[in-house]
Amino acid sequence: MIKLGAVYLLAGLVFGSFALFSALDRNNPRRFGNAAFWGLVATSFLAGDLMGDLGNGVLVVGLAVIAGFGWLGRGQPATTSPEERRALAERFGERLFIPALTLPLVVIFGVLVLKPLQVGGAPLMDPKQATLISLALAAIVGVVVGLVLLRQPLLSPLQEGRRLMDTVGWAALLPQMLAALGAVFALAGVGKVIGDLVTAYIPMDTRLAATAVYCLGMAGFTMIMGNAFAAFPVLTAGVGLPILIQRFGGDPAVVCSIGMLSGFCGTLMTPLAANFNLVPPALLELPDRYSVIKAQIPTALPLLLANIGLMYVLAF
Amino acid sequence: MLTLLGVAVVVLGFAARFNPLLVVVVAALVTGLTAGLSPVEVLSAFGKAFNENRYVSAALLVLPLVGVVERAGLQERARMLIARFKGVSVGPFLIGYLAFRQITSALGLTSIAGQAQSIRPIVAPMAEGAVEARTGELDAGARQSVRAQAAATDNIGLFFGEDIFIAIGSILLMVGFLAASGITLDPIQLSLWAIPTAIVAFLIHGGRLLLFDRRLRRRGQP
Repeated sequence: MIKLGAVYLLAGLVFGSFALFSALDRNNPRRFGNAAFWGLVATSFLAGDLMGDLGNGVLVVGLAVIAGFGWLGRGQPATTSPEERRALAERFGERLFIPALTLPLVVIFGVLVLKPLQVGGAPLMDPKQATLISLALAAIVGVVVGLVLLRQPLLSPLQEGRRLMDTVGWAALLPQMLAALGAVFALAGVGKVIGDLVTAYIPMDTRLAATAVYCLGMAGFTMIMGNAFAAFPVLTAGVGLPILIQRFGGDPAVVCSIGMLSGFCGTLMTPLAANFNLVPPALLELPDRYSVIKAQIPTALPLLLANIGLMYVLAF
Repeated sequence: MLTLLGVAVVVLGFAARFNPLLVVVVAALVTGLTAGLSPVEVLSAFGKAFNENRYVSAALLVLPLVGVVERAGLQERARMLIARFKGVSVGPFLIGYLAFRQITSALGLTSIAGQAQSIRPIVAPMAEGAVEARTGELDAGARQSVRAQAAATDNIGLFFGEDIFIAIGSILLMVGFLAASGITLDPIQLSLWAIPTAIVAFLIHGGRLLLFDRRLRRRGQP
């Protein structure tokens, strides 16, 4: 049976190659910072289960220190020039879309076809992790299709992957960090405190009131945290799970999915989501740094109301 | 109440623009310490949770594929494709982009478009051009509003498309959270329930883009 461990092994090897190529990249003045950062990520994927909880904690502090002290640079692997890319685009035509379209197709194939398969009485892949295993498989198939169809150099997936990885930088680890913070919040009972505050001051005797509190809370807390990922564990542990799902019997899939999307309405309205809301005005040379947020609020507010209505109708 | 100090650290740390990874680690330490744990216990709990949430970052495995097709000119090809849609009014043009962004994000192709690689070089100039073809030169305020609307359309299309894709980070986060609470869900259930909101988002923002188009046209009349 293929388990999540296989995906982590692959991820560890890929990040290990990013670390190695980073160390060899003389065009990046902070190459050893990048090598250390991606090397720690690779270590986490390869040996995370062997290092013990404290070892993992030290590793996370290492990641935060490298990122926080600005030791991450941006690698510059050799790639094609804009002119070469235009020529390649002319030559390959719509064929260029095929490797990219392979990815979602293989994922769907994996979940719908491979997941139910049995090999020698055991399932082919861990059913709980089928999507992620399919995604890893799809990434491999897509890369092979791309290499063959578009005749790219053998090492280009790793070098180009590193180029993109360095473009994203430390932000790539933020979702996982915030998920871990959510776990510490849960341990300390933050969700319960917020949930208690919300339940103590706002009546949630009816489904409609509880639904409204959860959706508005997701949006509001996302605005404070700048990220729906951070708001979700807190609000769902405080309101979504105990009240909407357990007390009123709401469908967990509907509650969580629409709750997360209510959080996204908050993301549209907060300067803390800087990469979406503050970088674009700079890119577009707009004098008002909040112009994109202002353009988004009139869509976000009615959509938030619509989410309350949708959850109320669909979850119960 | 002291437990909420960690939340305050996140708010202030982000507001003061410290590195978010550092802010998150400090917030975890503050939260754990105020909850009565020792520093070693907090670090262990945080490390354990980080290790258990590795699947959140495993989705980064698609970057080599995205990079290799970029290297072969996919972005340029997508630009050539979009450039065929000129001569359309700004409202329908941005609605078309909204639909494209929502649909491609729903297929997991969140990286084939974005603020830096599509809005600035293609979509915003085309949107400005679409207005100017009908009502003449834009004044500074109208030009800025067109650009801001193009950037907003990209974010809205991304946010209310990506959750339909089964392997996106937020879906994996929800699956992990529910599993920890004893509820087992397949990611595809969560992604299917993202579709109603995606449709409403398209209708609301699409309607706003049509009104925006009309306002710009009225402004251009003598």
